[in-house]
Amino acid sequence: MKKKRYFSRGVIFLLCLVFSVAFLLPTVLTITNSFMSESEIASNYGMIFSTTTGGYVSKTVNLKFIPDKVTFSQYLTGLLRSPEYLLKFWNSVILVVPIVIFQIAVASITAYGFTRWRGRIRSGIFFFYVILMLMPYQVTLVPNYLVSSWLGIINTRWSIILPGIFAPFSVFLLTKFMRRIPYSLIEAAKVDGAGEWEIFTKICLPQCRTALYSIAILVFIDYWNMVEQPLILLEDSEAQPLSVFLSNINSGEIGLAFAMATIYMVPSLLLFLHGEEYLVEGIAANSGSVKG
Amino acid sequence: MKKSGKQQHIRRQDFLTSLAFLSPSLLGVGIFFVVPFGVVVYYSMIDGVGTRVFVGLENFQKLFSNAAFLLAAKNTLHFSLLAVPLAVVLALGLAVMLEARIPLKSQFRTFFLSPMMVPVASVVLIWQVLFNYNGTVNELLLLFSEEKIDWLLSEYAPFVVLLLFLWKNLGYNMILFMAGLSNIPKELLEVADVEGASEAYKFFAIKLRYLSPTVLFVTILSLISSFKVFREVYLLAGDYPYESLYMLQHFMNNTFRSLDYQKLSAAAVVMAGVMVVVIWLLFKAEDWFGRDIEG
Repeated sequence: MKKKRYFSRGVIFLLCLVFSVAFLLPTVLTITNSFMSESEIASNYGMIFSTTTGGYVSKTVNLKFIPDKVTFSQYLTGLLRSPEYLLKFWNSVILVVPIVIFQIAVASITAYGFTRWRGRIRSGIFFFYVILMLMPYQVTLVPNYLVSSWLGIINTRWSIILPGIFAPFSVFLLTKFMRRIPYSLIEAAKVDGAGEWEIFTKICLPQCRTALYSIAILVFIDYWNMVEQPLILLEDSEAQPLSVFLSNINSGEIGLAFAMATIYMVPSLLLFLHGEEYLVEGIAANSGSVKG
Repeated sequence: MKKSGKQQHIRRQDFLTSLAFLSPSLLGVGIFFVVPFGVVVYYSMIDGVGTRVFVGLENFQKLFSNAAFLLAAKNTLHFSLLAVPLAVVLALGLAVMLEARIPLKSQFRTFFLSPMMVPVASVVLIWQVLFNYNGTVNELLLLFSEEKIDWLLSEYAPFVVLLLFLWKNLGYNMILFMAGLSNIPKELLEVADVEGASEAYKFFAIKLRYLSPTVLFVTILSLISSFKVFREVYLLAGDYPYESLYMLQHFMNNTFRSLDYQKLSAAAVVMAGVMVVVIWLLFKAEDWFGRDIEG
């Protein structure tokens, strides 16, 4: 009996190892490949991507972990000689950061409203928010496009930032968190003569600090990864984020693409390393029912 | 009489305060989603933005006889039918594996979750190296067979996208299942242990029963993300992929390009309708499954 149990644990452990390799491999390979020289990249992947350098091209593809010679040349090219990549990275930053900040600001006020008072109308509205949150881009992008063209903000950042601020995702999550705050805390503050705004800022928000952080991470990675909105709303604009631009640099500059892909991962990977526990807590709090 | 008047006053004041807190969001959602969606519904029933003649359901009839739309709908449906069950079952499998008493558990969790933080645009290069006609997977394949497969330009293309989809989404679903598993009352499992129940019995008769709300929740989320799989396809294969990868969002993008408002609006209305029905069904299912666990 005991032997059998050790055996099954061993099998599970091996399976976990296999899955770990599969999950880590694409990320790790992208990072290691970004430290190869242009000629090494060309000889490894010349069969796949057309490269401009010429020179030796291996007949077979060489997917390699460790560069022959570690070099930062791709990064130097990307950062110094081709400022357009830096510009696209900056585009991503100024699209995503305002959305994260203001979506959470609006959402926390709204979530307080949904938590503090309940009634038929308000739970109806909340239910509508849930449905809206679940709608795919195929549905929401058409109305977004219409408003943006009425307001004359097509092909500007505002066409993505403004709808992003009012996206109901963090309203939903924050309401779930706030409903767990013991009502006695609010009651006590009320007895002490605190106004609603005071209760919201001095009692409710500090209680939600970890939730706010985890939701900020979730919203950040969602928008950092965006492709659909800029393709439609920023179609012929200089404001395209790096997530879309990366897919257009395949020809000839593949080494550079690896370096830029790595740079693009860095902000979200750092957030992950710093906030994994919060993130897990945030996702876990979301489990159970959608109906709130 | 006086008392109820006072109560009414308090209730009205409460209502106004709550409205004050809700108003910024209501205003934004109204401007950016509700009002324009109303216009979308209106556009779906007129013959043109210029002439504005009411044509009833004609635009919908045209949509359902549009070959590109039907292809996109079929492909998206196929992909979802394949991806959603896999995303649910595999994630549950990972969560159950991490329940076992094995070393490096928290590291494994981190590794499984890490793809969630990696932008798809960053890893498509690796996918291309792997699945190109001259790529690594074919090199390996040549060891066993004569033929190479052109993964992204064949009927196999959806499977390449499926791998990327699962790679990206399994970790998130796994965390949801881990949370669900930890909420199962311990006493129940202990009783089962004392009575000598097998692991399989414990899993199917107890754990899965308690997990059913989580299963439904993960199903909804996976369904939503399977509709977003256009992103992976676009980054891997561009605007005009192999036929089996032509997704609903490709159809929308192309229709945006020609700015055919009638077609766009009809398609958006149809998809909103389908989503509402699907979500409603899943909610009903959740009520039905959850009826004897709650409370």
